[in-house]
Amino acid sequence: MEIRVNPTRMELSKLKKRVKVARRGHKLLKDKQDELIKKFIDLVKQNKELRQEIEKELSEAFRNFVMARAAMSGQVLEESLMYPVGKVDIKVAEKNVMSVRIPQIDIVGDEEAGGEETNKYAYGFAGTSGELDNAISILADILPRLLKLAEIEKGCQLMAVEIEKTRRRVNALEYVMIPTMSDKIKYITMKLDENERGNITRLMKVKDMMMQEGV
Amino acid sequence: MFMYKVGVIGDKDTVLAFKALGLGTFAAVSPEEAKKTLRALVREKYAVIFITEQIASQMEDMIEEYQNEILPAIILIPNNQGSLGTGMQKIRESVERAIGVDIIFEREGEEN
Repeated sequence: MEIRVNPTRMELSKLKKRVKVARRGHKLLKDKQDELIKKFIDLVKQNKELRQEIEKELSEAFRNFVMARAAMSGQVLEESLMYPVGKVDIKVAEKNVMSVRIPQIDIVGDEEAGGEETNKYAYGFAGTSGELDNAISILADILPRLLKLAEIEKGCQLMAVEIEKTRRRVNALEYVMIPTMSDKIKYITMKLDENERGNITRLMKVKDMMMQEGV
Repeated sequence: MFMYKVGVIGDKDTVLAFKALGLGTFAAVSPEEAKKTLRALVREKYAVIFITEQIASQMEDMIEEYQNEILPAIILIPNNQGSLGTGMQKIRESVERAIGVDIIFEREGEEN
């Protein structure tokens, strides 16, 4: 590879400073990456477990729901679900994990809106089947965890992106920036040393010539 | 503090089940419809959007687009015909993306 630098002392001291900064940056980034990966693995494990759990329960709820659909006429079913008991609103805060911004999702208490424990069914029991109650009950149960899953899974995605970015930077510093700068430093030092030696031999030669002339 | 909403996009039957809970539900039949709905939901401050795996598999590109943003969180859910495993696949993908190799799921892979 061609090295294009001026072999001067100025350049040398500049490069030395830059290499020092790069080494420090590399170390910091590496630490960040390690910590991120540690947190990420924890989060992903949680994510996996929660998802398995939820998928299982969700299919249970859907099974009940399909039964309810079969047992009731579509019109009645739609009618009974038309007016939900409450509205689900969420609050989103941001959490900072190793400079990755991760959303934190909270359900806003909806109790005052009429969604009390006793009344999660928005319909009368007369025209509806028991399976529907089951399905709704399971779903209402899952909902908080579903939102938790959303929070964790989103966190995982964002962290994955950040880890990828950090890894690129670490690698760029480790395998490109620092080696090229070290090469440049070596090149300049050698060039300067060579100049120095050239200078000394020239001086010696001149001294010899002067001695000869003087005698 | 600003209140965000939760939405569900999916086929009619799946979505109906969530309606009773008070989530914003949007039935979509075709992928185009679902895409349009998703765009609208993002604009309208939906923070969490659940999409059934069946529909999501036909609009991968758009979901990918929102992956790097803090909001919305787009989460795949199975529909009433059961899980396709795409949701799990997504987790696996992000592990591979972050670490390079899949170290969380590999044990299961051997069993299968």
